[in-house]
Amino acid sequence: MSELDKSELDEVNSDADTALPDPLEMPEMVPDAMKDLHSFEAAPKHQTDLGFPGELVDDWQDVAIAKIGDLRQKYRSFRVYLDSCVKCGACTDKCHYYLGTGDPKNMPVARQDLLRSVYRRYYTIPGKIAPWLVGARDLTEDVLNEWYNYYHQCSQCRRCSVYCPYGIDTAEISMAAREIMDSVGKGQKYCNEIIAKVHSIGNNLGMPAKAIKATMVDFEEELEEETGINIKLPVDKKGADVLLVTPSADFFAEPHIDGLFGYAKVFHELGIDWTLSTTASEAGNFGMFIGSYDNMRKVSLRIREAALELGVKRIIFGECGHAWRVGYAFLNTLAGPWDFLDPKYPVPQHICEFTFDAINDGKLKFDKTKNDHMTLTFHDSCNVARATRMGDKPGGQFEIPRAVIKAVCNNYHDMDEDTIKEGTVCCGGGGGILTDDLMDIRVKGAQPRMRALRKVTEEHGVTNLAAICAICKSQFAKVLPKYDFDMEAIQSVHQLVSNAIIMSDAPKEEEAPAPEAPATNGDEPSASSETG
Amino acid sequence: MLTTIYALAFYFATILLVVGIAYRIYEYAKVPAPLNIATTPAPTTVSGVWYRMFREVALFESLFKANKWIWIFGYLFHVGLLLVLIRHIRYFVDPRYVPDLIWLGITYIQPIGKYAGFAMVFGLAGLAIRRIVVNRVRYISSPSDHLMLLLLILIGVSGFMMQYVDRTDIVSVKNFFLSLAYLNMFDWQPLPDSLPLMVHLTLVLTLMIIFPYSKLLHAPGIFFSPTRNQVDNPREKRRLAPWAKALESGSDKK
Repeated sequence: MSELDKSELDEVNSDADTALPDPLEMPEMVPDAMKDLHSFEAAPKHQTDLGFPGELVDDWQDVAIAKIGDLRQKYRSFRVYLDSCVKCGACTDKCHYYLGTGDPKNMPVARQDLLRSVYRRYYTIPGKIAPWLVGARDLTEDVLNEWYNYYHQCSQCRRCSVYCPYGIDTAEISMAAREIMDSVGKGQKYCNEIIAKVHSIGNNLGMPAKAIKATMVDFEEELEEETGINIKLPVDKKGADVLLVTPSADFFAEPHIDGLFGYAKVFHELGIDWTLSTTASEAGNFGMFIGSYDNMRKVSLRIREAALELGVKRIIFGECGHAWRVGYAFLNTLAGPWDFLDPKYPVPQHICEFTFDAINDGKLKFDKTKNDHMTLTFHDSCNVARATRMGDKPGGQFEIPRAVIKAVCNNYHDMDEDTIKEGTVCCGGGGGILTDDLMDIRVKGAQPRMRALRKVTEEHGVTNLAAICAICKSQFAKVLPKYDFDMEAIQSVHQLVSNAIIMSDAPKEEEAPAPEAPATNGDEPSASSETG
Repeated sequence: MLTTIYALAFYFATILLVVGIAYRIYEYAKVPAPLNIATTPAPTTVSGVWYRMFREVALFESLFKANKWIWIFGYLFHVGLLLVLIRHIRYFVDPRYVPDLIWLGITYIQPIGKYAGFAMVFGLAGLAIRRIVVNRVRYISSPSDHLMLLLLILIGVSGFMMQYVDRTDIVSVKNFFLSLAYLNMFDWQPLPDSLPLMVHLTLVLTLMIIFPYSKLLHAPGIFFSPTRNQVDNPREKRRLAPWAKALESGSDKK
């Protein structure tokens, strides 16, 4: 049951004169509120697997300072953003982690300053001459720990970059900071362990080829039971037209699986010859989270190899936010050129673009009443919203998923305008912090989104939240209950498609059972297995 | 004596300013942007990027989205400063070498420039007060952030003093600067004896010297900011930084 509890609704109604908090309400400032939140550090093996030192190197200060110098020669963003900030304060109230915690070091500029202060000390004339005057400081062990704690309280969502008059993107700084920390041997367990799994096995979950194949067979049976037709989930099928690269969470987590079913149904209905790959069985690319071009590239090249190996003509990405950023914005650079694919299609394509085109061409039929038990709203996933596009026009990343939802649902209502689209507030779990040891910041960081959801729930009767990101989905499944919502209120966009799509070859005589909201067994994915 | 000190100081500060800015731009230009990180929605064409950049530079579009107070004060300051600078051109150039039309423009801007000076100082005062009163902004401020605002305010105030309190012989000032411009080495026209003028010029010299090495040099930053200056076309256009290209020659790519 994905609707609000009746009793809860009554309680709220009787309390109607109490105004709901503004989703972006400013908190009381509480210095150092989050200073001790320290996620698990990477074990030596997690580090060395990625080519980083196993533990903190002896001359770590020198190495870190040299790394800053190296990065400022390699990334214009890093160089320009460290120099250009004038401390105007425009970004100070824009981070969902600041709004949720009140810790001033979670203000974007203050987060940048943790590193900028060190950069100034060693790389600028004023910082060398008069550090006290310009807020420059030595790199000490305390500073390193502060980096570790606060750069793992950033989801690299880029909300701050929208509002900065110079376009300073804290994500660039936090990626660089993580790369610097990795280079001195102080990496984060969650990210680095996962990247190593992708390098060795092919996906974040560490699911071997055999298990993927077995899972897909199970899924096919499930789909046949539901629809009465034999819908395929092909794996490693040579000569298929489409390679679907999707987050491995789509193979095991709810509501992700239901989204995967949606893709499969759309492909089946359109008669598309498609396949998954066991070697490129992960759309997510955690190399980005740690700012490592090398690791990001290595993960991306798996997709190239799979595409060549299977001889596909096009590549489609499943619902995954940061994955879509790497896919849309970086993949061509990292693993292109894609001259061996069919030039008629963009590389890669988003599954929402694909479904949207099919809907526009009138190739898909829906029974929208199948989603009538819900009123939907859409959570713009941060990296899709602010780092990518769908379709031909700027802003297609906002319009296309909404158009898909509206094509399959009768009841839809947007959340507050300043919490969606380019101003969307992150789910609170992106960018490499979707781990239980960071649950505190995840819950607090979700506050603005939860407040915005509460508002549309009360004012417009919204019951469910749809998203197109594996991390958002996992994060919401975890934090919704903390804000008194049902954990199953989170839906995959293609789950909605799956509910409503009319399969033309389905047996006519017996009605397929009306799909309930996702049939979960109530199990939450465990922390160690939340793989974005 | 005083004239000589100021003359040498202005040569020094001017060279530092020009070389400093040029060097900073050179440095920014030579660092590659290895990935497309445009903050989207972003323009899909080069002309669209020019338009976006124009809106950022001329209207402070992003700042407007972020915070109306900072926008108002910041905008008043920057536009005020621009008009004041245009007004000051009259003190540095010989009309004989300026096309009539441009000189006419500079003449017309004189009265506007006067009021712009007030707008500039008003905007600066607003920013300075915010920096002290708003706890978030106070938290992120270093001593230098306060001092730079103070410096700019004092430049404005000393300018007003020259105009309204202790009227400076501006013709002599102009002759001094023209003699600097003509490189009449050690034969400079004397600066008039005026305390507000000395203060004004000293503060301006200070500003010129710290400008290229401080956050004050944020203007080139916007033009080099990848989130703002990149075209949203990564699926069509591959970008490879030289250092990234070197990775391509490795054997890991099929």
